[in-house]
Amino acid sequence: MPVNMIVCCKQVPDPEAPPSVFKVANNKMTLPPDVKPVIGQYEEFALEAALKIKDTGGGKITALSLGNSFVRDVIKKSLAVGSDELILLEDEAFEGGDSWSTANALAMAIKKIGEYDLIFCGRQSSDWDAGQVGLGIAEMLGIPAVTLARKVEVTDGKARVERVIPDGYQVVEVALPALIIVTSGIGALRYATLKGIMAAAKKQPVIWKSADIGLEPSQIGAAGRHSKLNKLFQPIKEAKCEIIEGETPAEAGANLAVKLREAKLL
Amino acid sequence: MAEYKGVLVCGELADGTLASITTELLGCGRKLADDLKEDLSCLLASDSVGEAPKEAIAFGADKVYTAEHPALKEYQADSHIQVVEKLAKDISPRIILMGQTSMGRDLAPRLAFRLDASLTTDCLELSIDSETKLLVQTRPVYGGNAQATFTSDVMPQMATVRTKAMSPLERDDSRKGEVIATKIDIDTSKVRTKILETVKEEAVGIKLEDAPVIISGGRGIGGAEAFQTTLKELADLLHGAVGASRPPADNGWVPEALHIGLTGKIVAPDIYIAIAISGASQHTAGCTGSKHIIAINKDPEANIFREAELGVVGKYEDVVPALTNKLKELLVG
Repeated sequence: MPVNMIVCCKQVPDPEAPPSVFKVANNKMTLPPDVKPVIGQYEEFALEAALKIKDTGGGKITALSLGNSFVRDVIKKSLAVGSDELILLEDEAFEGGDSWSTANALAMAIKKIGEYDLIFCGRQSSDWDAGQVGLGIAEMLGIPAVTLARKVEVTDGKARVERVIPDGYQVVEVALPALIIVTSGIGALRYATLKGIMAAAKKQPVIWKSADIGLEPSQIGAAGRHSKLNKLFQPIKEAKCEIIEGETPAEAGANLAVKLREAKLL
Repeated sequence: MAEYKGVLVCGELADGTLASITTELLGCGRKLADDLKEDLSCLLASDSVGEAPKEAIAFGADKVYTAEHPALKEYQADSHIQVVEKLAKDISPRIILMGQTSMGRDLAPRLAFRLDASLTTDCLELSIDSETKLLVQTRPVYGGNAQATFTSDVMPQMATVRTKAMSPLERDDSRKGEVIATKIDIDTSKVRTKILETVKEEAVGIKLEDAPVIISGGRGIGGAEAFQTTLKELADLLHGAVGASRPPADNGWVPEALHIGLTGKIVAPDIYIAIAISGASQHTAGCTGSKHIIAINKDPEANIFREAELGVVGKYEDVVPALTNKLKELLVG
């Protein structure tokens, strides 16, 4: 059965960049220009989940993203790996929003898209880490949601999901349409093929402004938020690691044992 | 508009008693309620709550709402939310707290959107602003590379709290409180998911969360084998457990249940030995509560040395067996 899918993706600063480059200035995160934006790690897993379903049963994948200052080559990776369409909600008016206004805008865009069987989101964005938007979209659309999926299969109008729980997993069945929130374990996002990259280069994303999805100014950005960011800061950490030396690494290891014993840690 | 008053903790049970996160939430909720001069309530929803309501009172609750129903035995969003949503609408709490746990992560955002509330997840600190009486919510962002403080523009103010971030009160069985059994009517037609099977995958031995010593390996371990040999041997010697950062879990070298970090388990052992772990903030978020962190890494610039109090620079293949052998000798002698 061909499955009609929407994958929500976010462009974020590379979360794998070394911690030392993350600097807060004027209540904003600033990163040096050599830290490139990427699609968030959990949204990459969400894309892979959708692609696996398309591999087996066929279907259509629409990638959907909200933000501004998109880097085209970054966000078009969703097309290069195999999505059929890319819709960008790109509007400066979205600035200053929160999980609430973001979920609302994405839900409105999904209503405009109209037809879907499955919506995929990542478990949390790789910048704000809140983990709210996916479930918010499901609530706003009034569809069921399954979180922390590490495997998803579709048969007979139903999705079978392996959902990670603290000491193992559950197999959960849900009727379509449904929203699935993906975690790691689904498998890394496949590499784009040369053919995929060429095809993506030719495709233009569809751009929707807030008015295109029926949003009033009072629902967008800071006006549409439910919680306010007061302060962004970095707690000062004093690094005071004592390095245990030795003639060889093995000797240093033995010296560590002595040190742990002397300090009565063990 | 309803008047929002009081603090509600959505409790969890573990093996029939109050889960440790719930005692932590009650400790934190008690302080917030005292600052507001309002009541602290606790909801306990399960097939049977047993003696847990008494425990909740001993740990600080003024009122305990119980909800007992066979459909609440195993957590399922569409049934649990019916109970919490109804209570939240009935008693209009100013603040609703949940744990940043498997249940809280799944339930809190759904409830927040249903109640038109605000929610801050994974909080490390909560306090009441003395002037505005608003809940000041502090949480890590950017994978733990920064922290942010939020306040809510709407009521109720919801927060999930990271496990082990708050301290419970001393248990006091002489504390008085009220237990209120709520009438439960779960509409099963609104339960749109079905749990077909629940599979346990935890490694045998000491549970990661309870282990006094954790030997944790990262991407630099390079494969599954050393987790079973080099790391396990050290863990066994110290009566500890083996853990991992995200890459070994993603690569299938260890089960996901051993993953420690922002999106895995949060642990706080006495001793945490991080081996071949670079120390990305996403990982250290899961182990900063440890009393002593010890790092072994071949890269002297690795971020983990900023977190650790003792370290050895070298390949783990050389360092760890020597460490284990010497400890064997010392612990016998």
